[in-house]
Parts: sequence; structure tokens; C-alpha cells
Amino acid sequence: MNPLTKFLFELQEISLLLWSVISGLFRRPRYLDEMIRQMDLIGVGSLPIILLTGFFTGGVLVLQTYPTLQFYGAQSESGRSVAVSLIRELGPVLSALMVSGRIGSAISAELGSMVVSQQIDAMRALGTDPLKKLVAPRVIALFFMLPLLTVASDIFGIIGGGTVAAYVYEQDQHVFINSVRDGITANDIIGGVIKPLFFGVVIGGISCHKGLSTTGGTVGVGVSTINAVVLSSIWVIIFDFFLAKAIQTVLGVGL
Amino acid sequence: MFSAEEVPQTLPQVDADHIEIDDAVDLPHRVIPAIEFRDVHLAFDDKVVLDGVSFTVRRGETKVILGRSGGGKSTIIRLILGLLKPDSGTILIDDEDITENGESEMMHVRQKIGMVFQEGALFDSLSVYENVAYRLREQHVEEEEIEQEVRRMLQFVALEDAIDKMPDELSGGMRRRVGIARALIGDPQILLFDEPTAGLDPPTARTICELAIKLRDLQDVSSIFVTHEMNNVKYLSSEYAVVDGNGEVSFEKEGEKLCLINTEVIMLRDGQIIFSGTDERLNNSPDPYIKRFVHGK
Repeated sequence: MNPLTKFLFELQEISLLLWSVISGLFRRPRYLDEMIRQMDLIGVGSLPIILLTGFFTGGVLVLQTYPTLQFYGAQSESGRSVAVSLIRELGPVLSALMVSGRIGSAISAELGSMVVSQQIDAMRALGTDPLKKLVAPRVIALFFMLPLLTVASDIFGIIGGGTVAAYVYEQDQHVFINSVRDGITANDIIGGVIKPLFFGVVIGGISCHKGLSTTGGTVGVGVSTINAVVLSSIWVIIFDFFLAKAIQTVLGVGL
Repeated sequence: MFSAEEVPQTLPQVDADHIEIDDAVDLPHRVIPAIEFRDVHLAFDDKVVLDGVSFTVRRGETKVILGRSGGGKSTIIRLILGLLKPDSGTILIDDEDITENGESEMMHVRQKIGMVFQEGALFDSLSVYENVAYRLREQHVEEEEIEQEVRRMLQFVALEDAIDKMPDELSGGMRRRVGIARALIGDPQILLFDEPTAGLDPPTARTICELAIKLRDLQDVSSIFVTHEMNNVKYLSSEYAVVDGNGEVSFEKEGEKLCLINTEVIMLRDGQIIFSGTDERLNNSPDPYIKRFVHGK
């Protein structure tokens, strides 16, 4: 198969997978307890690295941009610049990349191992649909948790930025906080939450598909995992561009 | 067969003027084959796996499927379960055509079938108890009933002590037996064994065969037993299970009291059935390929 055919085939398979997740929600059984368990693993479990990422990203943003702003005498706008960058772009994208690495690899490795040890076949033979029991809980959990993680990341990023502004550049924290408050609009926040919704579905869809289509024993599990993480990350970044443009057009943000 | 007391002494009274006959006459349960394959073809990309395979598994019969590794034996099992679909041909289970069944339609068919996977395929994040209870949990059965059934099945495979262990604490043979216990939940009338003794030592392999024999003879299960080990063929085609007055099961060889007719052998080669019949005919076959397989040379 040439690359284009392969790409279209993969796209078809992932779309079918996501469609069956959505349509499966309307029919019993629904594995609510599995969904909640996944939300715990994905959301609460990723919180530490998300908060750390956010905090240091916000911190380094202020670290790097403050001198430039100061050059133009605009250092009081430091809060706004950090908040807007984080909420619109860095929060969603970096959180998604962190989750893609942590959760995407976990999902594809777990599902891939189940495939090669025939556990997926056993599940089907015992009358359970793996799409409902394994895939749907993970995709739904990512859909709900990634926006929450992103918001948490944004908040800690602003805190990190504020900390650097206060202790490295000795800016008055009220100046920083006011600048943050003035700089963000509701549309920024909406846009910054819509993106993670899409990213969650992308990561979930790609990782589950790669996991379930694993072939070739334990080597195959490694291959699937690499592909899952790399593809999720790339597509998050590509989607980010197009989503940003769409949000700009629809919500008038950033104009 | 019958003792003298069991034969009815008088015939039931029939009123000849008022006999009712259904338009659709139901065939007796035993006549409908449990599994039927009609001219099934399947190829993966360029590789032909099944090339016009047709066979029948009668009710209460055990069909031993022999063949080289990768010769299509496991594919047959996956087709029966609906995990794969054939390119052409028909597959019937209990007289129901399942060839075109979608995943949700296969669910009720799979309730009748128990599958024993090659390596056991236990869910490694669940304990033995949860593994065996899996099907009942999905059906939201009451906890006490689940525990009762799980214990009963584990007793059948002599693994009740392992009930709270995790799969990785068990040996290969024990995992296989737990897999059998899990497959038996729900008392399926059709069992599929996919190389259940692969990699096991001879005594453990013998234990697995004894379980299959017990199920065939004491519980009238129809089954397919995929293997490439001739020892298994010998046990399954020449021994049968009997229960004495105390409920103890023992295994007797045919020829002493009766000859087994409920176990036959199919041999697959390059996707086609090259032999179908009793083990006696298999052992006496003049075909060089079969001779090499059966006797090793």
C-alpha cells in the first residue's frame, strides 16, 4: 500500500472507532464504573506532571519575555502576555503532549499486550465488546479530563509566571495580577478549553486504534506504542494550528 | 441400556380421531448438527488459509482437528466464534447461519460456546476468581450465585485453592485449567479447545484431555479439539469416562466394554481437509503425508 492509501485507511479505521464509541453510548451496557476509573487514572494521575509542566512553562515565559518587555517599557503587561500565551496555546498544547506521552503510551501498550496475549479475543468470546469496555471509557475520560488538566496547567503557569516576576524581576504582584485579569477575555478561555476537547479525542482515538491493531508479538507492542505517541503528538500540533485559526474566525479571538 | 423397570409396560393411549400434527415438524434435538461448515474459503492477503472446508460436528461429538502449525486449525475456531468472517461459504451453529452475523448478533451465539485459548488468555489484571466469574459479572448475576458457580468450576478442574491468586502466580498448566473453568461457566453446549496442551508436560496434558473426556461423556458437550499431538488423539479416541456409585470418575479404554463412536478426526493440509474419519482409519492410512504426521516418519 502506498503511503496515501495507508493514511486514508488509518483515518477510516480511527473514524469508525470513534463513531462506535459515540453510538455505543446510546445502548447498554455502558461501563460507567470503568469510565470513572479511567478518569481517575488519566485525570488525577496526570495532575502532578501537568502542574509541574505548567508552573515551569509559565515561569520560563516570564523569565524570557520580561527583559524584552522592559526594553519597550511595557513590563507591566508581563502578566497579560504570559496568561494569553498559556491559555490560548501553551496550556492546551503542552498538556496534550504530556498526556499523549504518558497516557497515549499506556493505552496503546496495555491494549496491544492484551491483543497479543489473546485477551481481546477472550473478551469477545465471553460476550463483552472491547470497544465498549476498553476504548469508550478511555476516550470519554480523555475528553473530559484533558480540558480540566489544561485549566489546571494554565493556573499553575500563571502562578509560575507571577512567581518569577515577583522574585526574579521584583515586579509588584498586584501589577502582575491586574495585567493577567485585563488581558484575558472569556473568548480566550472558551477557545483554550475547546482545543483540549479535540486533543483528548485525537489522543484517545489514535492510541486505542494503534493498541487494538497491534500485530507481531511483544515487538509489535513496542512499535504500536511508539506510533501511538508520535502520531498523537504530531496530530495534536497540526490540529492546534487549524483549531486556532477556526477559533480566531468564529470567536473573533486574537484579532 | 434400559433396565427392565424402565421400559414402559403400557403404551400411552392415543385418540386416533384427534391427533394434531404441527405444520412445521421440529427435528429432534440430536439430529441438528452443533457446528456445520459448508465450503468455507478464507485468505489473508495472498495466503490461502482455508480452501473449501466442509465438515459437521454432531451433537455430543468431539472433532479432533489435526494439522501442521499455521495450517488453519485456529482459523476454524475463530470463524466459529465470529472473530473472523469467511470470504465465502456458510457456517451454521445449531442450525443458525452465522456467516453474516455482526458483532452484536454474535453475542447470543457466543453464550452457547466456551472457548479455551492456547495460552489460557486469562485477564492478567484480574484474579482467578474474577477471571472465571467474568461472564457472570457481565450478566449482572447475584454475587452468591457467582461464587457458587466459580467454586463449582474450579472444583471441576481441581484448582479451588487457587481461587484468589493472580494469573502470573500460576504455572502454565494451571492457567490453562483456569481458562477451561472460565470457558465452562454458563454450561455451554459447544466447546472449542485451541491447542490446549501446547507446551505442557505429559501428565498435565493428560489431565487436560481427561477434562475434555469428562465433558464429552458425562455432560454431552459437542466440541472441537485442535491439536497436533498424537497422544491427545489417542486419549480422546480410545478412552471414555465412567462414574461409579460414589461419584468417582474413572477412565476406561475402549475395546473392553464398548467402542467409541463420538470422536472423529479431521486432518487439514494447505487449507483443505485431507482426512475425515475414525482414529483407526487414520492410523492405517496409506497416505505418506498422514503416515509421517501420525508416526513421525
